[in-house]
Amino acid sequence: MCGTCGCGEDNSIRISKPGKENKLHHHHNNHNHTHDGNEHSHDHSHQHYHDHSHSNDHLSETSEHAHDHHEHHHDHSHKTEIQLELDILQKNNLLAERNKGYFEAKNIIALNMVSSPGSGKTCILERTIKHLSKDIKLSIIEGDQQTMNDANRIESAGAPVVQINTGSGCHLDADMINKAVKELEPENNSILIIENVGNLICPSMFKLGESKRIVIISITEGEDKPIKYPDMFRSSDICIINKTDLAPYLDINIEKIKEYALHVNHHLKFFEMSAKTGEGMDEWYEWLKKLNI
Amino acid sequence: MHELSIAMNIVEIANEEAEKANVTLVREIDLEVGTLSGVVIEALEFAMDEAVKNSVLQNAKIKIRKVSAKAKCLKCSTEFPVEDYYTPCPECNNFETELINGKELKIKSLVIDK
Repeated sequence: MCGTCGCGEDNSIRISKPGKENKLHHHHNNHNHTHDGNEHSHDHSHQHYHDHSHSNDHLSETSEHAHDHHEHHHDHSHKTEIQLELDILQKNNLLAERNKGYFEAKNIIALNMVSSPGSGKTCILERTIKHLSKDIKLSIIEGDQQTMNDANRIESAGAPVVQINTGSGCHLDADMINKAVKELEPENNSILIIENVGNLICPSMFKLGESKRIVIISITEGEDKPIKYPDMFRSSDICIINKTDLAPYLDINIEKIKEYALHVNHHLKFFEMSAKTGEGMDEWYEWLKKLNI
Repeated sequence: MHELSIAMNIVEIANEEAEKANVTLVREIDLEVGTLSGVVIEALEFAMDEAVKNSVLQNAKIKIRKVSAKAKCLKCSTEFPVEDYYTPCPECNNFETELINGKELKIKSLVIDK
């Protein structure tokens, strides 16, 4: 079963550079297999025998969940309670901190870009790379369920890139970034931009080791998106409002988007831009340059 | 549906703790989930059904304690219950608030036979 999101049967994560596809085949449970060719036929034996007979399994009206609990009373057993107080996401959080330490030591500013699919993340990156690659060393990690398309676009724009294909997974996690960074080998004193899987829900819970999280909303998505999907806006530092060139054709008030976003997170800093025309991007470029100092 | 990866994290931690305590089965696990943690309790329960199979938690009673979210106004310090991030302070109508509770996502304890 896919541990990333549960929606598939296979659990394979692929990390590849353009032209060297499927070089690294990574499974979530930390087994890595390196392949030289393109063939990778892994029979996963994560078979889960699921006899569909849970007629009265779900007692979700109470918050206690009864799990086919067999009450065997063994004579000599004593119940012992182990107090843990452990954060369930501690593994990911710890690994994210490790990534962060690596970035700090190399003076790499890591940015995690999150949004719905189609908000223009890749387009913003393409224009940014073309404009800034003389001034700043930029490298990119692309996250998508399938295809090398985004990595190919980034490579054409002129930045080193590694593509993570999450298979059926709905978000990137710190472990994937840890492995992708080893492939990418970003330079010292550079900016690493991680384009997360297009999904406005799941990636919000998974820190990657970024120094800033950037949420992108395009103005076609509606004014109230920040309060419909508040977790992502709450956990971000920066909000890019993209596709402003479409404003004349839409019945939308950009100030209203900002107002809703600020209700969810009053710390947000905004950039308004059109990655298509380049309008409004200078302020973004200046901000990136300041980060890189 | 990130709840499955959360469920698998829970199982992984329980496996490690059981190994440390030198037991092969856990009798009970207590979890704490905040209403603004990003995890839907019903979805987590559903995911746990699958995730516990063939693990130390396979027969365990899974208790999930829901922690209701509470915020504090940064202007007037009023504390009030919230169901979302954008409820203004009921006293002064200010949107600048901070959460006091609601982000919990924890394994509180395990009960083992020993």
